[in-house]
Amino acid sequence: MNGLLVMPIALPLITATVALLFRSHASLQRWVGVGGMAVLVGSVFLLFRDVHLKGIQVLQLGNWDAPFGITLVADMLTMLMLGISAIMGLLIAIYSVYDIDRERERFGYYPLLHILLMGVNGSFLTGDIFNLYVWFEVMLIASFILLALGNSKNQLQGALKYVFINLFSSLLFLFGVALLYGTTGTLNMADLAVRLPLIENTGLVTAIAMIFMVSFGIKAAIFPLFFWLPASYHTPPVAISAIFGGLLTKVGVYALIRVFTLLFTQDVGYTHTILLWVAGFTMVTGVLGAASHFEFRKILSFHIVSQIGYMIMGLAFNSALGLMGAIFYVLHNILAKSNLFLISGIAQRLSGTFELKQMGGLYRHYPFLAVLFLISAFALAGFPPLSGFWAKLSLVKAGLSLEQYVITAVAILVGLLTLFSMTKIWMSAFWGPVPEKGVPEHFGKETLWGTGKLYILVVPVMIVAGLIILVGLNAQPLLEVCLVAAEQLLNPQTYIEAVLGPQ
Amino acid sequence: METILPILAGAIFAAGVYLLLRRSLILTIIGIILISNAVNLALFTLGRISTLNPPLIAAGSTEPLSPFANPLPQALILTAIVIGFGLLAFALALAWRTHKELGSVDQDGFLADAEDTSEAILRVESGSYRAEGPPDASGSGKNGGRTLASNPNDH
Amino acid sequence: MIGVLVLFSLFLFFRGHDEPGGGFIGGLVGAGAFTLYAIAFGTEASKKVLRIHPITLIALGLLSLVISGLIPLFTNDAFLTGKWLFLEFGGTVWKLSTPLIFDIGVYLCVVGFIVTAIFSLEEQKLPGKS
Repeated sequence: MNGLLVMPIALPLITATVALLFRSHASLQRWVGVGGMAVLVGSVFLLFRDVHLKGIQVLQLGNWDAPFGITLVADMLTMLMLGISAIMGLLIAIYSVYDIDRERERFGYYPLLHILLMGVNGSFLTGDIFNLYVWFEVMLIASFILLALGNSKNQLQGALKYVFINLFSSLLFLFGVALLYGTTGTLNMADLAVRLPLIENTGLVTAIAMIFMVSFGIKAAIFPLFFWLPASYHTPPVAISAIFGGLLTKVGVYALIRVFTLLFTQDVGYTHTILLWVAGFTMVTGVLGAASHFEFRKILSFHIVSQIGYMIMGLAFNSALGLMGAIFYVLHNILAKSNLFLISGIAQRLSGTFELKQMGGLYRHYPFLAVLFLISAFALAGFPPLSGFWAKLSLVKAGLSLEQYVITAVAILVGLLTLFSMTKIWMSAFWGPVPEKGVPEHFGKETLWGTGKLYILVVPVMIVAGLIILVGLNAQPLLEVCLVAAEQLLNPQTYIEAVLGPQ
Repeated sequence: METILPILAGAIFAAGVYLLLRRSLILTIIGIILISNAVNLALFTLGRISTLNPPLIAAGSTEPLSPFANPLPQALILTAIVIGFGLLAFALALAWRTHKELGSVDQDGFLADAEDTSEAILRVESGSYRAEGPPDASGSGKNGGRTLASNPNDH
Repeated sequence: MIGVLVLFSLFLFFRGHDEPGGGFIGGLVGAGAFTLYAIAFGTEASKKVLRIHPITLIALGLLSLVISGLIPLFTNDAFLTGKWLFLEFGGTVWKLSTPLIFDIGVYLCVVGFIVTAIFSLEEQKLPGKS
C-alpha cells in the first residue's frame, strides 16, 4: 500500500480543475499549468525512489482486494515511463507558455494537457485491463480535442483520420477485453497472467493476442497500421505535436510490451515472430517515408514510425538484453524526438515556414540552435557518445546474441538512412543559403535571447539536449535500471505476487 | 440465445465495417456507432447470459439472494457506453465543423484538398486561428498574430 | 418549473444514498431544468438564472471527485476508500461520507457538462471562442 501511487493520476486532475477554474486569467493559468507539472515531477521522483528501494509497489483502489478491485501497480518499467513523461510534460508546459496562442489557452489548453497526462500516467500505472481501456479513452479524448483545437482545414483533416482510426482501435481493444473476460472470467492483469496458461484452447488465446496486437499496433503506429500518424501529427501547434510524437505512440508501445511479456507468452514462436517481421517493416517503411518528404514535421512524423520499429524489435527478441534495449530506446526516443519537434517550432518561428525548400541560413544566424539540432539529430541517428548510440548498441547486441542477423542488419541500415534525412534537414534549413524571398523581416535580427522572449522556447530544448548528452556520457546507471525493468518483465512471478499476494 | 447473440454481434460488426469504408463522413460515424454496439453486445454475451436473481441486496439482509447474476459485464458495458457516447458526441461535432469549414462531408473531396501546398501550410502553421463567421471577418490582426513582431501573448 | 425540477433533482440525488437514484440521474434532471428554461427564454436568461458558468461547475465537480478520493489518504487508507462520519444532530443521524462528496461531484459534472453542451448547441458555437 503506497499512497504515492495515486499521485501521478490525481495531481494532473487537480491541476486541470484549478486551471479550469482560472480559465479567464491567462497568466495565472500558465503558472498553474507549469507548476502542476513541476509538482508531478517531484511526486514521480519520490515514487521512483520507493520502487527502486523496495521493489514493485501496489495500491488496491478503495481497499478492494485484487482481483476484484482496480489495482495500481508500479514496477520499474512503469516508473521509467512515468518519469520521462512527467519531465517532458514539464518542459513542454514551459514551451507552451510561448507557443500556444491566447485563443487556445482560453479554450482550455492547459486543462487538456493535464488531462492528457493523467490518461498517459493512468495507462502506465493500471493493473487492470479494462481500466487500461478507460485510461486510453481519457488520453484519446484529450488528444482529440488538442488536435482539433483551432479548426483550420488542415487540422480538421488530420483530426478526422486520427479520430476515426483511433476510435476503431479502441473498439477492437474493447472487443479483445470482452474475449479475455469471456475465456478467463477476470480482468486483473496479474490474475490473467495466472489463468491464461491454464486455458486449453491455445488457438483462442493466440487469436486474442492478435486482436490486442492490431489494436495497440494502431496506437503505436506499427507497419502496416501507421498511415494515420504522418497524416495528422504535423497539423497542430508544435508543442502539441511534440507531446503527441513523444508520448502518445509510446503508450501504445508500453501496452504492447506489457501484454506481450505478462499475458501472451504462451505461443512466443508465433506472436513474437510476427512482431519481429512487423518491426523490420516498420523501421524500413518509416525511414523511406521520411526520405521522400520535404516538410520539417512530416519528416519527423515518419521518423516516429521508423523508431517504433526498433522498440518492437527489442520486444520481439523477448530476452533481457532485447527488452532492456527497447526500454532504453523508448526513453531516449521520447527525449530526442520531442526535442526535434520543439526545435522545428523554433526554426519555424524564425524562418516562417516548415518547408525545407524555403528555409535556410539558420546556421549562419543562429549557430546555437544549430548545435542543439545537431545534438538531437545525431542522438536520433545513434551517434556516439549520445543517448541513441547506447540504445542501438544494446539492441544490436541483443540481436547478435540471438543470431538474428538479418533484422540486426536492417536496424543498422535504417540508422544510416535516419542520418540521411537528418542531413537533409541540416543541409537545407541550417547550412543552406538564406532564401531570396519569403523570409520574415525579423529573420537574423531577432536573437534567441532578445526581447522576443524566444528563450522561453530555447530553454526547454536546452534542458532536453543536456539530458541527451548526460545520458550519452553516463549511460551505465540508466542502463542498469532498464535491465532491472527488463528482468521484472521477464519474470512475471514477482509482479503477480506483488498484486495478488504470495501464491 | 447464446448462439444468436454472437451471430448478431458479428453481423452488426460487419455492417459497421462496411459503413466505415464509405466515403461520406456521416456514414462513417454511423459505422463506428454500429461497431461500438456490436462490441458491447459481444461483451454482454461473453459475460454469460443467465436468468438468475438480480445482484441487489434487499433491505435488512447483507448479501444478495443466491444464486445471483454477475453484475460485472453490465458495469463494463455501462462504462463503455458512456465513453462511447462522449467520443461519439465529439466525432459528430468534428463532422459538423468539417462540414462548415470544407462545405462537404465527402472524404474523397478532402483528399484532393489535403495536398498540403506550402501556402496552406504557411497560413495554418503561422497559427492563423479561424474566428467564427465568414473567413474575411477575421482581420489580419487576428490571423497574422503569431509572428515575432506582434505576439498576442504579451508576457 | 425550474424550482420544481431542481428540487426534484435534489430529491433524486439524496434518495441515491440508499436507494436507486444518485448524482448522475439527479444531475440529468437538474440540467433538464436549465435546458427547459433556455428553450423557453433563451440561453442568456438561463445563464443568469444559473449564475455560475457551467464550465466552472464541471471544474468544481471534478475537484470534489478528487477530494473525495484523497480524503482517505489522510487516514492511511487507499485512494477512494469509503469513509463515513455519523453525526448526531437534533435527534436524527446525519451520514456524511466520502461517497457523498463523490456524488456531489458527479452531480455538478453532469449538470455542467449537459448545460454547456446544450448552450453551445443553442448558440451554434463552441464554448470559449469569441
